[in-house]
Amino acid sequence: MPETLPEDSIGLVSAQTMHFDAPLALTSGRTLESYDLVYETYGSLNADKSNAILICHALSSDHHAAGYNSMDDRKPGWWETCIGPGKVIDTNHFYVVCSNNLGGCKGSTGPSTINPETGKPYGPDFPIVTVKDWVKSQALFADKLGISQWLAVIGGSLGGMQVLQWSIDYPDRLKHAAVIAASPKLTAQNIGFNEVARQAIMTDPEFYEGHYYEHDSVPRRGLMLARMLGHITYLSDDAMRDKFGRELRQGKISYGFDVEFQVESYLRYQGESFVDRFDANTYLLMTKALDYFDPASDYDDDLSKALSHARANFLVISFTSDWRFAPERSREIVKALQDNNHNVSYADIEVPHGHDAFLIPIKDYLAAFGAWMQHLVKEVQS
Amino acid sequence: MNNLRPDLQTICEWINPGTRILDLGCGDGTLLEMLKTERNVNGYGLEIDIDNIVKCIAAGVNVIQTDLNAGLSDFDANSFDYVVMTQALQAVERPDRLLNEMLRVGREGIVTFPNFGHYRARTQLFFGGHMPMTPTLPSQWYNTQNIHLCTLTDFENLCAENDIHVLQRTVVDHNHRSSLGMKLFPNLLGEIAIYRFKRK
Repeated sequence: MPETLPEDSIGLVSAQTMHFDAPLALTSGRTLESYDLVYETYGSLNADKSNAILICHALSSDHHAAGYNSMDDRKPGWWETCIGPGKVIDTNHFYVVCSNNLGGCKGSTGPSTINPETGKPYGPDFPIVTVKDWVKSQALFADKLGISQWLAVIGGSLGGMQVLQWSIDYPDRLKHAAVIAASPKLTAQNIGFNEVARQAIMTDPEFYEGHYYEHDSVPRRGLMLARMLGHITYLSDDAMRDKFGRELRQGKISYGFDVEFQVESYLRYQGESFVDRFDANTYLLMTKALDYFDPASDYDDDLSKALSHARANFLVISFTSDWRFAPERSREIVKALQDNNHNVSYADIEVPHGHDAFLIPIKDYLAAFGAWMQHLVKEVQS
Repeated sequence: MNNLRPDLQTICEWINPGTRILDLGCGDGTLLEMLKTERNVNGYGLEIDIDNIVKCIAAGVNVIQTDLNAGLSDFDANSFDYVVMTQALQAVERPDRLLNEMLRVGREGIVTFPNFGHYRARTQLFFGGHMPMTPTLPSQWYNTQNIHLCTLTDFENLCAENDIHVLQRTVVDHNHRSSLGMKLFPNLLGEIAIYRFKRK
């Protein structure tokens, strides 16, 4: 157990829960009668509430974006790289808020939550939620926090998609928007990967059509496979070669199907540890939210039209080796913003790390992101 | 404005206030920042170098990381009043194509480039027998980014062949001085050429 936490960390943080009694009408046509959102905040809200930044999380992360929940934590929050005192998202200046998406499994109402109507976990009966629904729930959440306008909404990957949706659905409620390693919609290849992940989960005999909680079981194999597949797509070919090459665990080939290559060991470890911290039904939901995301579809499939009323100043960042959400997808966002003469800066960071790069302290990435954030610091100070 | 690069100062004077500009190879964003604060001119800078992109973002100008050699296909026709390219024409793969792209995307184009016809370049090549190295052409032949150097005459010939009408031309030295000599013999005495042009 560490005696002290790193100095540039926000330190010990704890989650809070906000309850919502008013029914939430969802895109699917269904309604969630009541729900909770669990969230963390870092830094302090200033008097005129003009320094609040919303962080949107990606597929498998949650509201714990920075700091440590206890002195026993081995790892800090998922975006410790960027959030903290003196960091790019500087908690000395900003009030940073991150909530767990609806349908999640870390405290916000989701499939593993008890359905008040039945007294049993929602399981597969939990309504499908979309990025639009998340943003709507976050807007209601902001109302309760008393924040009428975010200084910025920031997110990577699926979080970046939420940022885009925010700027379209609530143009007056955010001044700045950072869309990192995101995409305006998924490609067929992306949906394909998600479908394989879902099939892995749903065909696991322990899945019980999503009612595994009642059977006291967990579709471990399926969720593990889904995560292993995901992991391959989050890394680049080069990153995997650099990290593992064809290195053998025992130093020689044993002509069997046990773990032989380091990469196999790594993926199995990633898959297995994921099962212990994530819920299979939530994984299914999140991948569906990704697949359905296509804000242009409400605007004649024209992304420029979708973004025509956006008012935020944008920062778009992609990573050259990201093949899950390739730079071309970010360029589509940039083009749509350019078409509308919106303020946007775009950097395509040259890195070998693949999609996961947005979580990694990369010099050029942090320099570009940091330079953009400095304007927000000035805005708060003036 | 005194510390501005000589060609940038002239461009600032040429551009009408309140217009929209696309700056190809915008470097650290100096021109865009100047135009924004002094002439209410907005738009985007395109740049490939990440260090420059960071400087642009820090300066508060819109910058889009772009490889100019890939063209301007992300920009619609006639979407800008001016498309500017300073000191980059000679460094791109196909200056002729980019020049035409500039006039597809913008109403007018402005370019600046080092004049290879300047007497210092000519004398170094003629008497020294080696590739010129001058204040405006400081690199060695093997490490220079300038792969398509040209003279004023070359540029004007290219314009004529592509139905491009030169609206304004000026030449300056590397200290932004102009002189009677330069006006009389621009291709011999001008170090930096600045052109404003449109489609005929």
